[in-house]
Amino acid sequence: MATTDHLIICEHCDCVYEKVTLAKHQKTLCARCGGVLERYNGLSVEQRLALSFTAAVLWIFANFYPVMSISLKGLKNSATLWDSVLALSQGPITFIALVAAISMIIAPVFQLLLLIWVLSFALANQRSPGFRFCMRWLETLRPWSMLEVCLLGAMVAVFKLAGLLDVLPGIGLFALAVLSLMMIRIAGRDIRELWDIL
Amino acid sequence: MTRPPLASELNLCLCHSCGLACDITHDPHECERCGAPLHRRKTDSLTRTWAFLLASLIFYVPANLLPVMNTTMLGSGSESTIMGGVLEFWQHGAWDIALIIFIASIAVPGVKFVALTMLLVTVQRGSSWALKERSKLYRFVELIGYWSMLDVIVVALVAALVKFQALGDIEPRLGILFFGLVVVFTMLSAMSFDPRLIWDKQDKARNNPPNEEVMDEVASH
Repeated sequence: MATTDHLIICEHCDCVYEKVTLAKHQKTLCARCGGVLERYNGLSVEQRLALSFTAAVLWIFANFYPVMSISLKGLKNSATLWDSVLALSQGPITFIALVAAISMIIAPVFQLLLLIWVLSFALANQRSPGFRFCMRWLETLRPWSMLEVCLLGAMVAVFKLAGLLDVLPGIGLFALAVLSLMMIRIAGRDIRELWDIL
Repeated sequence: MTRPPLASELNLCLCHSCGLACDITHDPHECERCGAPLHRRKTDSLTRTWAFLLASLIFYVPANLLPVMNTTMLGSGSESTIMGGVLEFWQHGAWDIALIIFIASIAVPGVKFVALTMLLVTVQRGSSWALKERSKLYRFVELIGYWSMLDVIVVALVAALVKFQALGDIEPRLGILFFGLVVVFTMLSAMSFDPRLIWDKQDKARNNPPNEEVMDEVASH
């Protein structure tokens, strides 16, 4: 293992390179296929942990406050993310409610919990209990976490309804906006670096 | 330009979970660092990619033909399909939103079908055409993958909000299920494809060069 630690393999074409230390804004590309090998990652463990806690709080706001509310002739209604999952769960289309729940709610919250768990121990320079398990799940969950799509979807829904009735974006929508941007920063591939430093 | 050494030449294998270059001289079944199963190439990559792709193509038909939601406003109901939603925005002058929905819901799955089919066919034919560009195309397909979920989320939110009984009511319809399945299956299809297969034929040719001419042609690439 010690002999291959310094090597990096391009996942797109199998070329082998030696790792280099990157400076700010730098990334290394595969000379053959042009795929990104590594990107500079400016987050320390402390910073990433702090951002994860912030994101967890935002997740709570995004899920417990309505994403938007509408009014029509004096009648009011509002919906949270969970309400919209429930709206899909009726009748024969239940399966899609599961997909929506995973991509909007479940995958992000598990990513955050795993990040907080792993990073809290990393702060003390140790591998957390179940480190391998957590790191592998972080890899598995990543493609199914779709908060940025969810954000765009919520904004399109605002415009869609604005023609019919009065729409008011809620706290949930703003929390969702910030949360989705933070997830891109903290839950990306670069958490693999923990394997090297711990 | 000289090519960097290949993992197979050094008896190495990339772990897809943690990114470690694993030594496979002794044929380990899992990565020694993270425990994920090790494969030189993704298992049954082409078969699985084709299967998921065909499944999503089949679902693409009802996804576009069946209504995705039902709107009842003051007693009069109407069903709308995905394309119907795009046209509605377009006619009301909101061309920008019409464009967003069109790209996310219709163009993205379409591009994925064409791109993945092209990648599969060229790999199966052992083509050495536009290797770098095909690698880029694959990365592009991976990148745009999940944006098609947009419409599912829009329908979910709108259906959750507009619940005023007789005054106005919006319900999701069967089309959205098929639409979601298209997204899930195209994602699975893209994940099953192994982009290293694009280069394999050429690498094999290089390791056992049939003649000098081929070598030169490849080297100048």
